[in-house]
Amino acid sequence: MSRERLLNGALLLALIVIPGWALYADEPFTITLATRAVIFALAAVGLNIALGLGGLVSLGHAVFFGIGGYAMGILASHAQSYTPLIEWPFVIEGTKSMPVIWLVAIVASSAAALLIGLLSLRTSGVYFIMITLAFGQMMYFFAISWPAYGGEDGLSIYVRNGFPGLNTLVPIQFYGLCLALLCLVLAFNARLMRSPFGLALDAARQVPERVRAVGLDPRRLQLVALVISGAITGLAGALFADLNRFVSPTMLSWQMSGEIMVFVIIGGVARLFGPVAGAGIYVLLEHLLGGVSEYWQIFLGLVLLMVVLFGKGGVVGMIAGRRRDG
Amino acid sequence: MADPVLATHGLSKAFGALQASDAISLELRAGEIHAVIGPNGAGKSTLIAQICGSLAPDAGRVEFLGRDVTQESTQARAARGLARTFQTSALAMEDTVLQNALLGALGASGRPWRFFSRASRDAALLDRAEAALEAVGIADLCELRTAELSHGQRRQLEVAVALTLEPKAFVMDEPMAGLGQEGSKRLTGFLDGLRAQAPILLVEHDMDAVFALADRISVLVYGKVIATGSVAEIRRDPLVRDAYLGDEA
Repeated sequence: MSRERLLNGALLLALIVIPGWALYADEPFTITLATRAVIFALAAVGLNIALGLGGLVSLGHAVFFGIGGYAMGILASHAQSYTPLIEWPFVIEGTKSMPVIWLVAIVASSAAALLIGLLSLRTSGVYFIMITLAFGQMMYFFAISWPAYGGEDGLSIYVRNGFPGLNTLVPIQFYGLCLALLCLVLAFNARLMRSPFGLALDAARQVPERVRAVGLDPRRLQLVALVISGAITGLAGALFADLNRFVSPTMLSWQMSGEIMVFVIIGGVARLFGPVAGAGIYVLLEHLLGGVSEYWQIFLGLVLLMVVLFGKGGVVGMIAGRRRDG
Repeated sequence: MADPVLATHGLSKAFGALQASDAISLELRAGEIHAVIGPNGAGKSTLIAQICGSLAPDAGRVEFLGRDVTQESTQARAARGLARTFQTSALAMEDTVLQNALLGALGASGRPWRFFSRASRDAALLDRAEAALEAVGIADLCELRTAELSHGQRRQLEVAVALTLEPKAFVMDEPMAGLGQEGSKRLTGFLDGLRAQAPILLVEHDMDAVFALADRISVLVYGKVIATGSVAEIRRDPLVRDAYLGDEA
C-alpha cells in the first residue's frame, strides 16, 4: 500500500474516531467543529476538480457555495412561513427536506457554473481568475441588495431541515450525514481521476495543444469539469447553511472563495484527500488559535507560506510524496 | 490521377509586413512522403499551423479528404484523421508514457465523456495505445513518467501518439530534431514503412533523412514554394541550390 493510501486511511479514520470520542465524552461542540471541517472539505473537493485536475484557478467558487446556501435558505424560509416561492404559472412550495434542497442546490450551482464557464473559459491565466472573481462579486452584491431574502442580514432558519429516518438536530446524526456525502463524493472523485474524462482533463491542463491534436476540445473538457466542480461546492453550501441554520452574503464573498482555495492548497492540489487535510487543518487552527488571538489568520498565513515555499504538493504531498496515478 | 489526401490552395498569411505564407499550393498524395524543406524563417511552422488549424489563413484554403476544412478547428481536423507531431514535444510530462498513448487512443475513440470507468482498464484503448508504443519500439517504457524519458524517447512517443489516431494523413514537424545519428536513422527506417499506412507531410531539417525518405520535395523560401519535384529534380534545381542547399547537395 502506498503512503498516500495510508495517509488517506488515517484521515478517514480521524474523521470517524474524533467525533466518536466527542460523542462518548459528551462534547457536542467538537462534533460541530468536525462537521464544519467535513463540509469545508466537501466544498474544497469540488474546487479541487476544477483547480487540481482542470488547472482552472477559480477565485469565484463562493458563488457555488453561496448558491447552495441560498437554495437551502430560500426553500426553507418559504416552508417556514408557509408561503409558496411562486404562484404563477404553477405553485412551487418551499421545503424542509434535505434531499430536495440538495438536488436544487446541485442543479442551481451547476447551471451557474455552466454559465460562468461559458463566459470565463474564453480566457485563461490571470484573466480567468479575474473573471471568476468578478462573477463572485456580482453575486455577492446581488445578494446584499435583494431584500426579499434578508439582504445584508441574511436568512435565519429556526429548525434544521430534515432527512428521512434521521434526527438532523442531533449533532452526530447530521455529522454522519455530511461525512457520508463527503465519502460518496471522494469515491466519485477517485474514479473521475482515473477515468477517460480525467485523463483527458489532466492532459488539457498540461498540454492543451496536444489534446486538440488528438481531436478533443480542451475547453469543453474544462467546462464539464467546472460544472461538476460547481455542483459539489454547491452541495457543500447547502450543508453549510444547514449547519449554521443561517445563510448570508458572506457565503458569497471573495474571502470565502479564497478560503476554499486555501483548503486545497494547504492540503495538496490535485490530491484526492488534499482538501480533507486542508479543511481539517484550517478548522483546527481556527479553533485552537482563534481563542488565543483575534488575528489567528496570521498563523494560517504562515502555514500557507510554508506549504507553498517548501511543499509543492501541500501537506499530503509532503507526507506521501509525489502523485502517482495509473 | 487520384485526388490528393491533403492539399492547400493559395494559402497566404501575413504578419504585418512579413509574408509568412505566400500563395502556397501543395498536395499530399496517397502513399507518399512529401517533404517540405526551407531555411529557418521560411514559414514552415506557419504552414503547418494553418494546415492543422491552429492558425487561420488570410486567404486560400485547406482541403482534407476532398473536403474544405479551412474553417474547421484543430480538433475537428484531427477527428477527421489528420495527425500531427510537434516540433518540440507536446506531451503530458506528469503522466506516464502509456497515459500519453491512451490519450491519443481516447481522442481517436471520440468518447471522452466517461466518468466512472478506468481508462487504463479499457481494453479497446489499451490495445490501440500499446500497439502504437510497440510500433515505435518504446513499449517497455510504458510505466515511466514522460518527464523521465530521454529526448529521443520523447520524439518516439510523439510519433506513437500520432499513430494511435490511426490517421488518414500525418503532418510531422521536424520529427528528427535533436535526435542523434542513430536515432535519426532508426526513425527514418520507421517512417519509410509508415507511408504505406498513411501519407506523410514531412517538415524536416535533416537532409539525409529527407533525401532518403521523400517521394517529392517542396522547397519553401520566404513563404513561397520555389520548387516542387522528386529528390533528383530538387537536387538539380539551380534556384534551390542557390537559395537553400548551397554546397550541401
